[in-house]
Order: sequence, then structure tokens, then C-alpha cells
Amino acid sequence: MSVLEVRELSIALPPGSDRREAASRVSFSVERGEIVCLVGESGSGKSVIAQGVMGLLPKGLPVTGGTILLEGEGITHASQSRLRELRCTRMSMVFQEPMTALNPVMGCGDQLDEVLREHTRLSPAERRRKILDIVREVRLPDPERMVGSYPHQLSGGQRQRIMIAMALVLEPALLIADEPTTALDVTTQAQILKLIQDLQARHGTGVLFITHDFGVVAEIAHRVAVLRLGELVEFGAKDKVLKQPRHDYTRMLIGSVPTLKPHARPAEAGAPVVLATRGLSKTYRDRSWFAKRREVPAAVDVTLEVRKGQTLGIVGESGSGKSTVARCIVRLIDPSGGEVLLGGEDIATMPAGRLRPLRRRMQIVFQDPYRSLNPRRTVLEAIIEGPLNYGVARAAAVERARKLMELVRMDPESLGRYPHQFSGGQRQRICIARALAMEPELLIADEAVSALDVSVQAQVLALLEEIRERLHLAMLFITHDLRVAAQVCDHVAVMSQGRVVEYGPAAQVFGAPRHAYTRTLLEAAPGRDFAFGAS
Amino acid sequence: MQTPDPKQYEALSIEASAVRRQHGVWQRVRRNWSVRIAGAMLTVLVAVALAAPWLGTVDPTLFDPGSRDLVPGKTGEITTLNGETITHTFRMGSDSLGRDIYSRVIYGTRVSLIVGVLCALLALALGIVCGLASGYLRWLDGILMRCMDGLMAIPAILIAIALVAMWRGSLATVIVAIAIPEIPRVTRLVRSLVLSIREEPYVEAAISLGTPTWKILFGHILPNCIAPLVVQGTFICAFSILVEAILSFLGVGLPPDIPTWGNVMAEGRQQFNDYPHNIFFPGVFLAITVLAVNILGDGLRDTLDPKMAKRV
Amino acid sequence: MVAFLARRLLATIPVLLIVALLVFLMLRLTPGDPAAILAGDAANTEQIARIRASLGLDQPIVVQFGIWIGNMLRGDLGESFYYKTKVATLIGQRLEPTLALATLTITIAILVAVPLGAIAAWRFGGWFDRSLMAFSVLGFSVPVFVLAYLLIWFVSLKLGLLPVQGYQRLADGFWPFLRHLVLPAITLSVIYIALIARITRASVLEALGEDYIRTARAKGLPEARVLVRHALANAAVPIATVIGIGIGLLIGGVVVTESVYAIPGLGRLTVDAVLARDFPTIQGVILFFSVVYVLINLLVDMSYVFLDPRIRY
Repeated sequence: MSVLEVRELSIALPPGSDRREAASRVSFSVERGEIVCLVGESGSGKSVIAQGVMGLLPKGLPVTGGTILLEGEGITHASQSRLRELRCTRMSMVFQEPMTALNPVMGCGDQLDEVLREHTRLSPAERRRKILDIVREVRLPDPERMVGSYPHQLSGGQRQRIMIAMALVLEPALLIADEPTTALDVTTQAQILKLIQDLQARHGTGVLFITHDFGVVAEIAHRVAVLRLGELVEFGAKDKVLKQPRHDYTRMLIGSVPTLKPHARPAEAGAPVVLATRGLSKTYRDRSWFAKRREVPAAVDVTLEVRKGQTLGIVGESGSGKSTVARCIVRLIDPSGGEVLLGGEDIATMPAGRLRPLRRRMQIVFQDPYRSLNPRRTVLEAIIEGPLNYGVARAAAVERARKLMELVRMDPESLGRYPHQFSGGQRQRICIARALAMEPELLIADEAVSALDVSVQAQVLALLEEIRERLHLAMLFITHDLRVAAQVCDHVAVMSQGRVVEYGPAAQVFGAPRHAYTRTLLEAAPGRDFAFGAS
Repeated sequence: MQTPDPKQYEALSIEASAVRRQHGVWQRVRRNWSVRIAGAMLTVLVAVALAAPWLGTVDPTLFDPGSRDLVPGKTGEITTLNGETITHTFRMGSDSLGRDIYSRVIYGTRVSLIVGVLCALLALALGIVCGLASGYLRWLDGILMRCMDGLMAIPAILIAIALVAMWRGSLATVIVAIAIPEIPRVTRLVRSLVLSIREEPYVEAAISLGTPTWKILFGHILPNCIAPLVVQGTFICAFSILVEAILSFLGVGLPPDIPTWGNVMAEGRQQFNDYPHNIFFPGVFLAITVLAVNILGDGLRDTLDPKMAKRV
Repeated sequence: MVAFLARRLLATIPVLLIVALLVFLMLRLTPGDPAAILAGDAANTEQIARIRASLGLDQPIVVQFGIWIGNMLRGDLGESFYYKTKVATLIGQRLEPTLALATLTITIAILVAVPLGAIAAWRFGGWFDRSLMAFSVLGFSVPVFVLAYLLIWFVSLKLGLLPVQGYQRLADGFWPFLRHLVLPAITLSVIYIALIARITRASVLEALGEDYIRTARAKGLPEARVLVRHALANAAVPIATVIGIGIGLLIGGVVVTESVYAIPGLGRLTVDAVLARDFPTIQGVILFFSVVYVLINLLVDMSYVFLDPRIRY
């Protein structure tokens, strides 16, 4: 008997949505002791199916067909009280955002205790023992202190372990994990994945793991189910699906995943340096009236250079200082020390007036496509704003905008529309066009593809490559994703806690890393042993 | 690795199918039921205010000792400015001086609407200036916000009462006195909007595109402030109408000869037990007007700026 | 935590100073000479000069402010022109009715509004929610005194259930004390209930949309517990904030309510003082109300420490 069996499940969407159903006749199963990965891009319906299994769907998303069997019991139309009994005892769920998934005003121990108080009749002493045991089992240090602390006092990884503890304390048969590591750093992600695998092996839990990251799939899955627009297009053993996909869509998705092997493009040796930083540093000082003065060094002594026609990647986890460096370079924030040399001139402390004419030489594309464009302005206005600032005549600016839209492979006729009428990937292309309208020498991409689906990401990366070659730009590429860095960068700088710990050609950094941290990062990348893109 | 040809995968990529059509903002506003109902009510009220002389009223300052304390519906006599006596039906009764309540209530609509709108505009104008300054000039921020905190610490009605008492009641002083306590709230709103919009990536993009500060303020920041300010403005309008009525009712507002609803009710206090119509007619008009403005504000907020629901 | 509390306390001092400054300035902005106004039309220059000196109006303004502040801190709020007694004494005499009215109002309002708002959020969009929102808008729109007269007309005059006006001291008996306060408290609480219910509803609604609610339901907890221990607990800070800020509305309402119901409290004192142009009393009462308002909001700020463990820096 399978732990979970889903047959022909259909879940409807409210009228007026993109399509009629969130999930259309989806069938798959999860056996004891196996991990099934449910993969798909955003909007594929994977989260909806997970919530449907748990009975957590909102009223607007009714189950319109099919059955869900949990250990043989039909729960599709079970009563709310029966579902409440089953939750955490036979099936549990762990969510994506550990920062917001825990009640901020309740202690971690109390939140764990709630589960036990609700579902068992144990005495307070027994409950406490069980709680400490599970906290130890999820490898949290100092269990006594953990249990007494509040969520905001813990890191993202620690909170996710608490979530896992809450989910597994009563040893359910099924664990549903909805993108549990997407919001975590790559090293933390590796730890959590290992934890889930170990716990699952020890307790024999069936795990339904939802993700969009094929690296994770390669790392932990036994079987894989691929979803597209609510339909299951492929379901089978991991090796089969990943190495010999049957459906075009699966093939396309897998083909879009960048490999960890750096590309073999030879770098031009004598290219001129467009931008260099020497000893760049930024320290944040807490300046509130009565609080203790705190100093946070965001970037310390950063020295790098970007050459014409080449891409420098800055790789690091959150808090490593990579975004700070990018912002210092573009003077969106002011560096505390060091030099930023744009074509030989130091702009680190240049006053705003002298800086303005130089700003056009370096442009930046940001991470969030949904906040990078003013919602009240047309796309045309957005693109020509820059050229107009520098005295370009309106007619010429509009003509330039049209050409740029073609360059980024978008329809120039759509220039009159507003940002909300475009998708995330399209908005990112518009932002690239806006940056290129200034005809810069340096283009900075600050996690520019991190918020995009993997297939869209592949397209935008290809676009950036094409642009770099045609316009002979220097590019500074900031990312936390090692695969993306490997695909795109000629040189790589690895940052950790504000410092550059490794710096060199991509082939050397990825192939033969010298610093321990770089090695840790590479080892933590999920699915690194899997040869993606080798179809 | 071969980079996939973008055009080939456009067809398969989900992105292409996910573009949604959205109704324009102002269309949504016009379709909202609260806005429609409130809009209708307010249109009627404005029409009444404008058409006051032709709605069967007499000059609201006229009185006649012979027509005192008439019950609504009774007919009586009234002396006009020329000295003639005309017969007039006192649709809403008369007060203790023999003045026609109906006329005073209808003309009172003008005063209330004018006070409401002007107070809102004044408070918004001054609040926007202070808020922009505070949000953009860090050195000014500390002092200005402390002053605003101090101003907010004194209950609004007390400020209005004190100011009108100092300056002697007239339309201008009442408007200024009521608008002043509302300025801190607008300032706070604008300031928080400025601070949050400054953090948005599209503002950062504008900076790196070389856009000068004033263009950023007026081109990027202000337009995104309009919606919450419009909503706040309607609530200030409603509050102002109420405060003006309270001031007049307590006797510390507009002079008694100007017909306002508060004044009419103030007169009627003594006779309330026997002649409640003095209080109820203007009271009903007052409640309906303020209700309409509040409903309008709610409707605007729901369509323009749902995030405001939890800001006090 | 002690550091946090100390810092909040220190932060109120500048605010109080500014309040004092504003109140002081407000009354110095009178067109015309306060001494002349006080002396009346028949006075001669000598009398006016004497009054001016006795009020200290001949000193430079900064000195006047300094003297005034010094007096304030010693509890001396000046002497009323009209009543010929110390303002501080006047306030002391009129304090009890206002305090009683305010306390009763706040209690009623919180006990009624918070549960109503929470339930409306829980059953979002249903008939209860819509009725509450409609009531809330009405509560904001019908002015306090109109409502007062409505209630008086209906409950006291037509039904004869409660007295029309007046106030009975607590020392003279609890039941009559309460009977005289019920109608005024209900009148005053309507606007306060409307405000608190609205904000409660909005805050609980926002909390219900957060991820931790989904987690709580995924743990199989009953809805009641999810609503109270998870949603309402997280809405506590905005609700406490609005209770504090609403006191400002309450004070305004007190002024009107005492007027209509003929309660001899601080609100009545304010109106009478304004009508009599009794500057020291006006100043004293406004200062008193403002200080109380600031202190109550300070208490609310401090309560955050107990409501939200994140606020403890």
C-alpha cells in the first residue's frame, strides 16, 4: 500500500484566471521510504496539489475530481475534523519561507508543544522530553536554549529545522516539503537536504518534495514527477526522467539547467580594464539616538577588475557583501573607503555633480522584475528616461528604444504598455533595454536572473551573452547560483562575509578551487555530480 | 554546453501564456459600489447646496417673533429684509427666534461642504510639503517629526477649540483651526511613503540613469503617493465637517448668524424636550453628509490603496 | 529590556516639551492684549498695566516660558480669571466625573470591539463582517452629540429608563453613579468601538493571511486556537496602538458628551473656560489632557514588550 496515492486529481481555479484548472487529472504515488520530487515552474500547480493533499486549499480552489488516498484512506472529501486529526500525525507539511512560517510571538518550544498537546495525551514532562529529543534529532545545537527562544532569534536554517521538527515529532507516514530550501543559502540548503534524507531513511517516511530546482532533484529524488500548467507530463525513476526524458517539455527544462562546468570560451588577454576597485570597503554604522553604536562591515578590502568584452562574476551567499559592492560601484551607496576606478578615474568619493556625466557609462539591472519599473509609467517612458536626461532629442530616444526592444527580442509595438501587462522575464528584458539605452561600457547584473523560472532564466542568460558579444560590453554578474556563474562568467570572485576569498579565471575557481570556502560552496551545490545539459 | 535558442523555447515556455489583462485603476474606482453610492449622495448634496435659493427657502437670517417654535409643517409669517411680511411654510419647523429651520439647514449645506473641502485641501497641501521635506532632507527629519509628534499629542478638537477661541470665529479662522491638527497625520503618511518608495528598485534605477533629484520627486515619488493621499483627504474632509459642527454646537465655532448645522443645533438645545426637531433635522443632514464622505473614502481606499486599511 | 523602557521614557520628554511650547504659544497668539481683554472695556491704562505685571506679561517671552514651565513642574497651573481659584484645584475638582466616564467608556469599548473585529475578520465577507463595517462607518459619521440626543430622546424621554442628565458622585452610592453614567458612556463608546473594531478586523485579517497561520492549520490545530493564539496574538500590537491613539478621539468626545449630559467634568470646564476666555484655565486643561495622552501612549508603547517578543532591543 502506498503512503500517498493521487489519482486523476483535478483542482479548479476561480473564474477569470489564466486557465480553468490549477491541476488537471494528475496521478502519482509515494511509497514508504521513498522521496518523490514534484518539479515544475511557477504556475505549474505543484503547491496547489500539495495543499490539496493536506486539505489546506482555500474556498476558491475546490477539488473537482479524482481521489487522494493516504495510507489507503480516502481523504479527498474528508471532514475538517478528520483532516485535523490526520495532520501532523499521519501527514505533515513543511513550507518554503522559514522566516514567516513560524508564529513570531510564540516561543519555539511552545509551538512544538502545541502539536503534542493537540494530538496526544502525554504529560507535560513526557512532552518536554519528546520535544528535546526531536530538537536534538534535527541537529540543532543547545536544545534547551532553542526550545526557549523565539523564532526571530534563530537563523533561516535553524527555523527550518524547527519546522521539520514540528512536522516529524509524531512520526507521520508522509512528509510534504514545499520548496523548503529555496529561501536558504546553498550551504544551509545542503545541510537541510541531508537532514531530510537522513530522517526519512531512519523513520521510513514517504516524502513528497516540491521544487523547481533540478539540482535538488538530482541530489535527493528516487522518483520524479514533472508538472506543466497543471498537467503531469512525466513520472518515473529519477535516472530515467533526467537522462532520457520522453516529453519535449522535460527535455527543454533539463536542457535549460546550467552545468557546473565552466564554459570553455577563451578569455582575451589584453582587453582594457573598464572598471577596477582597489581596497573597496563599506561599513554600516548604526546611528540611532540612544542605541549602542554598532558597526557592520558589509564589504572589506575588495579588489577586482572587469575587462572589456568579459564577464566577472561575484559569487557568494546572502550577507557576503556582493550586492553592497555592486551598489558601491554604481554609487547608489557611498563607499567608506577604497577606490572605484572607472576607466582610470576614481569615482568613489566624487561629488554628485561631477559624477552625473559618468553615470551613463555603467548601468545596473536589478533582481526583482516586479519592482524595477515604475508601475505608473509606460515601458517607453522607462527606456527613454535615461537618454532624455543626457540631452538626447526625444525622437532619437524613441528610435533607440525601438531598436533596443528588437535587440532584447520583444515587440517594439508593445512600448506603449504598462509594466503590469508583461511577465517577469519580459520585464527583465525591458530593464536590460533600459540599461542599454545609455550605451554603457559596463553592465552590472545584480542577481538579475535569480527571480526567474529556469527556462526563462536560460533565455535571459542567452540574451545577456549575445549582447555582451555584439556590443563588446564589460559585464559584472552578481549571483548566488554557482551554475549560472559557471555558465556565464570568464572570471569569478568568491565573497564571504565581506571579503573576496578567491579570485581567478572561472576554469580555475570551479575546477581547482584554492580556498576552503569555495570548496564548501561547490560541494554544497545540489546535483553537482549529475551531468546536466549532456543530452 | 550549447546555449538554447531563445526563439525555439518561447513556444514551450510558460511565461508566454501568463500575461494577464488588468482593468485600469480609474475604471475599478468607478465600478466600486461604495464610490457609486457615496458619489450619488454627494452629488445630490452639492446640488442642494448650489441650488439653495431656489428650493423653497428664504434668507436664513430672517426671523419673526410671531413664528417662534413652530412644529414642522406649520405655516407662519416671516418678515423679509424689506419689511414685508410673507406667508411661509416652515417645513422643518422654526427655532426659538422664529427662523426657518429648513432654510438654515439647506444653506448650512454650503458651509459644511466648503469647510470640509477647504480643510482637506489645506491640510494636504501643508502636509505634503512637510512630508516631502522630512522624507528627503535627513537633517530636517528629526526636528520636524518631533514637532509633529508634539502637535499630535494634543487632541485635535482641543487645538481647534483653543485656536478659534483665540482668533475669533470666522470662516477662515475655523478652516485653519481645523486643518492644523490634521497636518501631522498627512506629514507622517507622506514621509513614510517617500521613505518606502525611495527604496524601490525603480527609483534606484532612475538615480543610476542620471535623473536629477527634483525629477525623481515629482516624476516617480509623488505620483505613487496620490492614491493614499486622496483617500486620506476624504477622511480629513469628513472629520472637518464633524469638528466644525461640534465647534458650532458648543458655541465656539462660527458666529451664530452664519447658518451652520452646528449653530442650528446649538440653538435647539434648550427646547430639546419639547421641540426635538431643532436638533434632529440638521443632525440627520450632518450624519448623511459625513456618512457619504466616509463611504467614499472607504470605496476609494479599497480600490486605490488596500494597504492603508491598517494605518490609523 | 530595561534599556528599551528607559529609552521610550526619555523619548517622551522632547514631545512633552514641544507640547508645552505649543500650548504656551497658542495662547500668546491672541490678537490684542490679553491684559486689556481681561481688564474689560472700562479699565484705564494703569489697571491694565497692573494686570499685565501680575500676569508676568511684561517680561520677554522666553522668560515667561521659563517661569511658566517652572510653575508647571511644581504643579502650579496658574489662577483662573473667571473662577478666581487655582487652576490645579479646579482640575482636581472636576477630575472624578471625567475619569469615571472615560474608564467606563474604554472598558465597554475594548470588551465589545475586539471580539467583534476578530470575528468579522474570521468570517471575512460574510453578513457579520458587512454589518460590522456598516455599523463602523455609521459610528464614525453620526456625530457624538446627535447620537447623544437620539439616545436621550429614546431611552430617557420615551422609555424613561435612565436619567436624562447629570452626574452622581461615587461616594453617594454606586448604583445611581452607574445609572447616570451608562448613557453617556454608551454614547461616547460608539465612536471608539467603531475605530477599534475596524483596526482589529484589519489587523486580524492581515495576520490570517500570513504563513504561520497556514503552518498552524497544517499542524491540525482547531480553528479557535488558530484565531486567538496565532492570529489575534499577532494583531495585538496594532490594536494596542489604536487604543492609545483613540484616546485623543475620546478626549474630544468627552468635551461634547459632558456638555450634552451636563456632567461637571473637565470637558465642561474646557468649554466654559473657552466661552469665558479664561486663558489660564484653557491652558491648564489642554496641558493636562495632552500630558495624560502622551503618558497613556507611553504605557501602550511599553506594553509592546509583553505583546511582541521581537520588541525588546
